[in-house]
Amino acid sequence: MKMKLPNKIGKFDIYGGKFAPEVLMPALEELESGFRKFINDEEFQNELNYYLREFAGRPTPLYYAKNLTEKLGGAKIYLKREDLVHGGAHKLNNTLGQALLAKKMGKKRIIAETGAGQHGVATAMAASALGLECEIYMGEEDVERQKLNVFRIELLGAKVIPVKSGSKTLKDAINEALRDWLANVDDTYYLIGSVVGPHPYPMIVREFQRVIGRETKKEILRKEEKLPDIIFACVGGGSNAMGIFYDFLREDVRLIGVEAGGKGIRTGKHGATLYAGTDGVLHGMYTKLLQDKYGQISESYSIAAGLDYPGVGPELAYLLRKRRLEVLYATDEQALKAFMELSENEGIIPALEPCHALYHAFRFAGKMNGDDIIIVNLSGRGDKDVFVVAKELGVEL
Amino acid sequence: MRIEEKFMELKERKEGALIGFITVGDPELESTVDIVGSLIEGGIDIIELGLPFSDPIADGVVIQRASERSLRNGMNPDLYFKIVKKIKYEIPKICLTYYNLVLQRGLEKFVKDCRNSGISGIIVPDLPIEESEALLRACRDYNLDLIFLVAPTTTEERLKKILKEATGFLYVVSLLGVTGVRENLSTKIKPTLMRINKFNPKIPIAVGFGISKPEHVRNVIRIGADGAIVGSAFVRIIEEYLNNREKMLHRLEKFAMELKKGTTMT
Repeated sequence: MKMKLPNKIGKFDIYGGKFAPEVLMPALEELESGFRKFINDEEFQNELNYYLREFAGRPTPLYYAKNLTEKLGGAKIYLKREDLVHGGAHKLNNTLGQALLAKKMGKKRIIAETGAGQHGVATAMAASALGLECEIYMGEEDVERQKLNVFRIELLGAKVIPVKSGSKTLKDAINEALRDWLANVDDTYYLIGSVVGPHPYPMIVREFQRVIGRETKKEILRKEEKLPDIIFACVGGGSNAMGIFYDFLREDVRLIGVEAGGKGIRTGKHGATLYAGTDGVLHGMYTKLLQDKYGQISESYSIAAGLDYPGVGPELAYLLRKRRLEVLYATDEQALKAFMELSENEGIIPALEPCHALYHAFRFAGKMNGDDIIIVNLSGRGDKDVFVVAKELGVEL
Repeated sequence: MRIEEKFMELKERKEGALIGFITVGDPELESTVDIVGSLIEGGIDIIELGLPFSDPIADGVVIQRASERSLRNGMNPDLYFKIVKKIKYEIPKICLTYYNLVLQRGLEKFVKDCRNSGISGIIVPDLPIEESEALLRACRDYNLDLIFLVAPTTTEERLKKILKEATGFLYVVSLLGVTGVRENLSTKIKPTLMRINKFNPKIPIAVGFGISKPEHVRNVIRIGADGAIVGSAFVRIIEEYLNNREKMLHRLEKFAMELKKGTTMT
């Protein structure tokens, strides 16, 4: 497999690219040259590694889920504990990288979009640590659904701007952040939270999330002296998936992305963009989208706000097309089942997003042999979801 | 009518072009033909007809709301071309939309449908020059102009590339930001025009974004543009008189008339 992707014009084969208004094009060029300059700069790397280690708490453990492995009686299950990263999710890997880049590029203000609020929190944390001004766009509906994260963002000294347009969720928050960037492109850095958007964002976010896969590879070789058979990751925009998959692309390891099946694909209420979407352009990229036959973007749905997005990273669309990536989906109900399973058996309350990946990992594990290995990217912790889960279980808190 | 012909005709009369924008299907599917009629009655020279997209990132709140109203009315590209075909006035019609709608219809079919409904140019604000090759080819095949945008941030290198491909007119974005009514004219227009004029472009130049008052139009023409584009200020009138069609049409005509006065070249 060719590894030098994206190519010069930001394409992963047919996917990706830069479909942005002219005002932003020079800023995207500036961002790309800034990134290329600093990513190989030793001082930048040292500073980033310092924050990743001392502030974010990296490296994260690759935890052997002994109880569930024994209960299911099949493959060994390992969990990459991104839930232990400061802030409770893998998101901080990217925000620290980009916030540091913004600072080096002389930008004073950071804007970001957030769906579940995890990227908003992680951006606010990085901005606070690095002394940058920070404003977060969040759909009005998500502001309501994720009050806890809204308050956390505000405690961290950032401002939350509720977005009232369109479906009032993540896609609209991205629209509004792009509009802000159009108006303030001179001094503002737009810190995208996933491997989406116009080039060079999918590449930048992937590079800052690759630390997950790099650590995983090193650790599994140390513990098991061999590579895993399968790696599972949930896919919304795709940053935790690209992060753990990327360093295994050239290895003989099955890579399985699990999307949000919501209330079932046939109901239309889901977020399974790779599984059920079609090619098109949204948010500056050519990728798989949930859309109608005319090209109007559909509303996605998932119990996990972080998977509730009608697009997906262009590199994932590319990997699927090249059959390097397999894609499955898990419904809300199946994700909840995995949520209970992990909490009860392993003493870890996971975020609802990786529960989609866990569901299939558990299903596969039971059918595999004792010397097979499965790794799941446990991309976040479940504190943010306890209200949603309680409601689903009919428990009043 | 070809867009460049219109600019030439106006130039002979020592006038700049007043280019109006509305969203087709706003406030009702049936109202577009009459709205365009009133604008032409008032004196606009070219009409941009917006085909609404669910995620219009380059638009401010006024046009966002117009898009939402139109989409709620069931607007789609099939209906759009049917309605546009009914607009039979002798001024150039331009289609303004986002790339995904063009892509999903198929570039060639989209361009052909434009041609068949009397459209002479297309503006796609999220399609930069780098990604435009395929649509450019389709437009050339059907003798349609693909109109490119130039921003205050556009570098010389990009400007050169854009000028090489641009036909119809060059759409100069007056400011950094989205469409919408502004109190004052952007100070970035003059330097942008100066940078463009260094290349001696043969193509007419029209300025848009934030142009919302007669004095804005007058100033834009005075500093050397060949045309002024007014969108949100018209759409705002439509929004203001949603339930009073007669008054809406009257106000649109009167406002177009006031704006048109500013296009006289001195």
